[in-house]
Amino acid sequence: MTPDHGLPDAEAALAALVERMRGAVAHDAALVGIYSGGAWLAERLAAALPGAHPLGFIDVSYYRDDYAVSGLKPNVKRTSLPFDVSGATIVLVDDVLYTGRSVRAAINELFDFGRPERIELAVLVDRGGRELPIEATYTGARLAVARDLSIVLSRASEGTLSLGVEPARRRERAEPRVAR
Amino acid sequence: MTRNPQLNRNGELTHLLTLEGLPAAVITHILDTAEPFVSIAEREVKKVPLLRGKAMFNLFFENSTRTRTTFEIAAKRLSADVINLNIGVSSTAKGETLLDTVDNLCAMNADLFVVRHAQSGAPHLIASHLTATGRAHVHVVNAGDGRHAHPTQGLLDLYTIRHYKKDFRELSVAIVGDVLHSRVARSLIHGLTTMQVPRVRVIAPRTLLPTAVEALGVEVMNDMREGLRGCDVIVMLRLQNERMKGALLPSAGEYFKHYGLTAEKLALAKPDAIVMHPGPMNRGVEIDSPVADGSRSVILPQVTFGIAVRMAVLSIVASS
Repeated sequence: MTPDHGLPDAEAALAALVERMRGAVAHDAALVGIYSGGAWLAERLAAALPGAHPLGFIDVSYYRDDYAVSGLKPNVKRTSLPFDVSGATIVLVDDVLYTGRSVRAAINELFDFGRPERIELAVLVDRGGRELPIEATYTGARLAVARDLSIVLSRASEGTLSLGVEPARRRERAEPRVAR
Repeated sequence: MTRNPQLNRNGELTHLLTLEGLPAAVITHILDTAEPFVSIAEREVKKVPLLRGKAMFNLFFENSTRTRTTFEIAAKRLSADVINLNIGVSSTAKGETLLDTVDNLCAMNADLFVVRHAQSGAPHLIASHLTATGRAHVHVVNAGDGRHAHPTQGLLDLYTIRHYKKDFRELSVAIVGDVLHSRVARSLIHGLTTMQVPRVRVIAPRTLLPTAVEALGVEVMNDMREGLRGCDVIVMLRLQNERMKGALLPSAGEYFKHYGLTAEKLALAKPDAIVMHPGPMNRGVEIDSPVADGSRSVILPQVTFGIAVRMAVLSIVASS
């Protein structure tokens, strides 16, 4: 990955995120990563933060608002929340906060497993561009990139995280279907 | 060559009518999509909002409990609205044609039709009618038509086989019993050959085999003991008494003696062979109770997987 577009180093952003969360996150808060980037981050955060944090993973594909436009992506992962969601403090973890739609979907999905006491949001990168009234509780880094680019988190085989950009995936059927 | 009527211009599945001619990639996509749906049954809220606001009509012109119910559960777990039509006592009995029924339900804003019909080709007819009348946003799923096809049963059988046996390309599969009347067998055979299962054999008395069944790419055996040797998967078919006209069999007891699956016959297959049955079972006719309830039987998991597979089919066609 090249460090162009003013992208921060992912490991440095993660270290900054850990520092912001240390002391601020409840010691028993569950960390729930949104697949796939958020899942890697949740694992890293659970190891780096003090306290015992139950780990969970969530795939928001069934709760997305663009299913009717883009269809179902292949290889949906299994949502796994191996703790009691009801009454839990949950920190949702995602790699990039952009429109806020994934987070909206993740919150809806969490509520189908129970009623959490509190939900917070930790993101590695906030790139602005919100389309919903959603903000992160903890942010590793902030930056602005052009709308036609996606920020992508990758994980090397030895576990090192890195940030890159690629052209934003065009929505395959942008036009709404004809009404009957 | 005309386009496969099940696929849209982008090659996506838009109706599911038969497994015959369906590309292996599409079948694999359905099976992969079904996998994460299995765990939705374990949630506190056994539902995801994928098909919220869609209306699915169960059009069953022929009796069914399991298939209709599992389609209904599948649609409800996807948050669709399900309308069950009791066709036997409705408009058809008053003389309405099939396509008039469909047009009326489209006027009620149907999004999906799940169709079972005694006539082979009825779901295809509905799908062609919808295309010809510019209603490509309405989808048809065949839930069994005559002796022709039962594609979601074939898919759930493939899902079950893949779940327990992993690699299709190393398997011997035996399909035993009333192949003549079985749309389940036909769909499964097409699915297995598409997925490159090297050895598919059908085992049945001559009177219960369609003519030229070998043309489907299967080996034909009349002796069950010989046929079961070395098999990884045994699929028992229901003896369809209600479809039998004339004397195809001497008696149910005689049939059981030669083609019923007993522990003694099962011992001829591989030690880890699984036993499947599409249901409903005739105990003591095609399958012995100790086998049906035994450790090698995956008959009840088939039912559970069937819901996930139908969820996959419904969500794939509805998003095409």
